[in-house]
Amino acid sequence: MTLYLEVLEIAAGAVLVCAVVTLWRRDVRAIVTILAVQGVCLGIVAGDLAIHQRDLALGATALLVLAAKGLVVPLLLRRVLRKDPRSRETTPLVNIPASLVAAAALIVLSYVVSSKIIALDPSPATRLVPLGVATVLVGYFLLVTRQRTVSQIVGLLVVDNGIALVTFLVTSGVPLIVELGASLDVLLVVVVLQVLATSLGSRFGSFELDELTELHD
Amino acid sequence: MLTLLVLVFPLAAGLVALVVPWRPWVGWVAAGADAVVLALGIALAVTTSRGHVQHSLGGAVRADALSAFMVLVIGAITTLAAIQSVRYLRIEREAGRCTDRHASLYAVLVQVFVTCMLGAVLAANLGVLWVAVEATTIATTFLVGHRRTDGALEASWKYVVLCSVGIALAFLGTVLVYFAAIHPGGGPSVAHGVGTLNWTSLMAIAKHLDPNVMRLAMALLVLGYGTKVGLAPMHSWLPDAHSQAPAPVSALMSGVLLTVAFYALLRFKAIADAALGPAFPRTLLVVVGLASLLAAASLLIAQRDYKRMLAYSSIEHMGLLALGAAAGSTLAIAAVLLHILGHGLTKAVLFLTSGEIHQAEHTSEIATVGSLLARRPALGGIFGVGILAIVGFPPFSLFISEFTMFRAEADAGLWWVVVVALGCLCVIFAAMAGHSRRLLLGDPDDGTVAVATPRSVVAPLVTALVACAVIGVVAWPLQSLLHAAARVVAP
Repeated sequence: MTLYLEVLEIAAGAVLVCAVVTLWRRDVRAIVTILAVQGVCLGIVAGDLAIHQRDLALGATALLVLAAKGLVVPLLLRRVLRKDPRSRETTPLVNIPASLVAAAALIVLSYVVSSKIIALDPSPATRLVPLGVATVLVGYFLLVTRQRTVSQIVGLLVVDNGIALVTFLVTSGVPLIVELGASLDVLLVVVVLQVLATSLGSRFGSFELDELTELHD
Repeated sequence: MLTLLVLVFPLAAGLVALVVPWRPWVGWVAAGADAVVLALGIALAVTTSRGHVQHSLGGAVRADALSAFMVLVIGAITTLAAIQSVRYLRIEREAGRCTDRHASLYAVLVQVFVTCMLGAVLAANLGVLWVAVEATTIATTFLVGHRRTDGALEASWKYVVLCSVGIALAFLGTVLVYFAAIHPGGGPSVAHGVGTLNWTSLMAIAKHLDPNVMRLAMALLVLGYGTKVGLAPMHSWLPDAHSQAPAPVSALMSGVLLTVAFYALLRFKAIADAALGPAFPRTLLVVVGLASLLAAASLLIAQRDYKRMLAYSSIEHMGLLALGAAAGSTLAIAAVLLHILGHGLTKAVLFLTSGEIHQAEHTSEIATVGSLLARRPALGGIFGVGILAIVGFPPFSLFISEFTMFRAEADAGLWWVVVVALGCLCVIFAAMAGHSRRLLLGDPDDGTVAVATPRSVVAPLVTALVACAVIGVVAWPLQSLLHAAARVVAP
């Protein structure tokens, strides 16, 4: 029982820590590695819950998460980086100390938002929900303050990992069929984004998304 | 059985396009499959409007009157777009802008896209509904970027990033609904499993769902699906994607994709209404609805691009739908559904016509085209009549559906909303009338001869506009269906 809780707390906490570290690092290659670590932590959360509840479907989900978020997605992102080496350094719109202060504020906000969820079912797992909500918010912050294609994909994936963490903590995972569909969708989105990022990169050279100003009113 | 066939036909046409190298007949096979969907939609509508619910695949696929109505709308508009796609691809190939491989890719992706939309409206499980809606984003990304210009690539990047992060919020909302469903307060306890997210089981326990969690869930769902619907302030992807996509794709996206996402909102609103009472969902929908109308009105005034003008008009109509849904009575929802059909048909016709204009004139600037009615009378005429329909002139069905929605809003005590909305509609009317006048009227240069448009292009477009007018005058063929469909989400 205690081991279950300790693992759950450490892994869920690590997911949020990884999200904050993506804000802190400038090197996109390092950020992709952190994303892989985050995926593994998420898989551990699901696996820990599966063992605790003796839930075979959730165990399958855990393996799926480990494979997709810990391995396949980071590999896809590495391919983009290899094709366009100039996209490796990111220059955030908000400087890094300010980003970290914003992250702290977002974490406080997530505790406020989550209080209603915890009130409905104050189990030990549900109590960790603010970690997931904070990961989602940090992901959104990353998405709006980063201007490289790969950093935006990372932001999107951090949001998605945060949502997955909330899902595992509050409901021990949605039904397997929904989880399968959702994971497949995320994988396909990454593939689509990878193709688009590569063709944007080859067309515009090294560029910031700011420079996409063809379409406006 | 019927419901399964609805999914099988478009998918089979997609498979044909995948294995056979591109030929025009492949496009006609797709159009045929979509026409079959329309016919099956009518058959479904007839059975479900009498109160029967159709199931297949062990209950995973489910069609009540609301689903049947959406199948009907999807069938009608995809058929129109598929017919026009054949011609669009022929002209692009002749102009050397499109290889056979790209034409095949287009045909496959359109059929996958259509299947995903049909899957969304036929899914018994609201989680699967989310998966299908997200899958439409993936299928349409490369369609938006199909012209492979700088603008098209930019639009598809924005589209997939914004819609994916938006729809992710809807997933979080769905998860919270599931969470509330497995911890019902005081109600019957529910098993943890696939069935819990089914529409029927959620509606059965909706009264017992925890109001605090449901409030959070509904806000996330409105933001999430609202992004895909194109409701302000999450609308910024829409004008770019609609103006850059090939015209038949814009017709599909504007005509049906937006309203398929709206369909998801209608279902969740019914659950939230039961759990929270109507006030909270209504406030959310009024806010995003009015924001959409204001955004559309302010950005339409100085619009110079006719495809973007049509895109902003879609945002306006989605806002009107949100306001209609906010009123929430059976009458209001019936009007919302009629508006979905009328807007879909008219906007599809307008986008398809705009595609013809673009391929003939090579520009989407209103000022550069000019005097279209004199130079291309058929195209100009259809565009003009379409604009009259879309701004709500009788006899087209949009007039009666807008009128009914406003009446229902007034009945629900939303007087001030009606006043603000009508103000926006006046501005939008003036703006669209002015832009269309510059596009259509004016004297052509000396010596230009009127160019005829092939009858094969004109016939389907005119048929759609006539259908829209007929429905506006005599709603009887749809009356029982609309009523039954509205009762599903507004009992």
